[in-house]
Amino acid sequence: MRMLPCADSGLLVELDDLAAVRGLHAALEADPPAGVTDLVPAARTLLLRLDPAKADVAEIERVVRATPPAESADGRDELLRVPVVYDGADLGEVARLTGLTEREVVAEHTGAEWTVAFGGFAPGFGYLTGGSARLEVPRRAESRTRVPAGAVALAGTFSGIYPRESPGGWQLIGRTGLETWRADRDPPALLRPGVRVRFFEETGR
Amino acid sequence: MSGGLEVLEAGPLSTVQDLGRSGFAGIGVGMSGAADRSSLRLANRLAGNDEAAAAVEVTLGGFAARALRPLTVVVTGAPCPVTVGGRGAAPNALVHVPAGAVLRLGTPERGLRSYVAVRGGVTVAPVLGSRATDLLSGLGPEPLCPGTVLPVGPVPARWPSVGFAPVAPLAADELVLTVVPGPRHDWFTERALGTLLAEPYTVTSESNRIGIRLDGPALDRRRDDELPSEGMVAGALQVPPASRPTLFLADHPVTGGYPVIAVVVAADVDKAAQARPGLRLRFTARGRRTR
Repeated sequence: MRMLPCADSGLLVELDDLAAVRGLHAALEADPPAGVTDLVPAARTLLLRLDPAKADVAEIERVVRATPPAESADGRDELLRVPVVYDGADLGEVARLTGLTEREVVAEHTGAEWTVAFGGFAPGFGYLTGGSARLEVPRRAESRTRVPAGAVALAGTFSGIYPRESPGGWQLIGRTGLETWRADRDPPALLRPGVRVRFFEETGR
Repeated sequence: MSGGLEVLEAGPLSTVQDLGRSGFAGIGVGMSGAADRSSLRLANRLAGNDEAAAAVEVTLGGFAARALRPLTVVVTGAPCPVTVGGRGAAPNALVHVPAGAVLRLGTPERGLRSYVAVRGGVTVAPVLGSRATDLLSGLGPEPLCPGTVLPVGPVPARWPSVGFAPVAPLAADELVLTVVPGPRHDWFTERALGTLLAEPYTVTSESNRIGIRLDGPALDRRRDDELPSEGMVAGALQVPPASRPTLFLADHPVTGGYPVIAVVVAADVDKAAQARPGLRLRFTARGRRTR
């Protein structure tokens, strides 16, 4: 466990793996130390957002080190089926990078069960893990200034769905009509940590 | 109580802001809220509101609104000419706006963002616990436009303790911001951190509530691998490859995939939020850790 301060606004806790992140996240969510305003889980880190007026960083570091991991509270048994038209602008590039054919990329993407590991990037965006190891690709060298809502993408070992139009640097392989985010719906995000996801192919419209 | 303030002109960008959202970072909802939080807090304190009440954040002036009933307002932040019914009014002070009169903010001579707090607070419907407009995620009310009517809440029971606050002038051509190196300064060459702390950086026109893109000497990395996306804070100086740093403001993304070389301390993020394109920034270190 490594503690990386973000001035007086945050404490970035670096952990060994995603399981450790989820264990610490669950424990701190149940009993947040004084001065912590929000928790941002990611692949290998948990960011504690701090209220600069209230947080005692040294004390929070001590509490975090002494906190045993907890069982993740989500334990959701939900399976979300996501229809995808596989015609993304980077499908050919992903095939080249992985040494697969475009059809094999689709087969790998639809053949695996993914799980939402954590959110971030945009409201309703879920980082999907546990899919096919053969689909590991780097982010694009240049970010796009505009990626459409519903774009289905890959980066690193993750897959994801852009919940709304935004800039983005992931490799686009397809698109879905599923509305993964609506602020006025309960829950607003379909892709919450713990939700399992299965992609299936829809023919182009 | 409804019927508060009818927007007549919104200038380049006017939005409703409070102190933002907490507790939804796990589903990717950022904090948002006033870019210059101390100016919002000051406006609310002077108006006798709760510090976290929602107000209007006006970017580069050009805002005009009609009071639909007698209102008491306070204008803070970037100093701009303020008029009520065509007559001059003071910034950082209680201003009475009679029913039907027009409150107008001219172009600030310095700074970028002015705040208009109304006694009683702007009471548009909250989204996920806040009335703030988050321009990155599209949460909260739409940016204001002519015709928008902003509801104003009931006048609070308490009276403001002071009617006027002295405020330090904003930087004219150079702003010094205090940073703490890290969390990822070890991804950069030793020289990169030295460069950041020695050389000036200029605010470019590619700047908004999400962040300020800076122009200046390149900050070279020590390692080329990809950083797994991780949580970001306002004030973070994130450095994309082959690029200059971006200083994150209120609407920054919740997570980012490029290393952060240093973070501006919270009090100075408010000053950065007043930095106009062309302004020179210098960074000075506090609490530098070596490892």
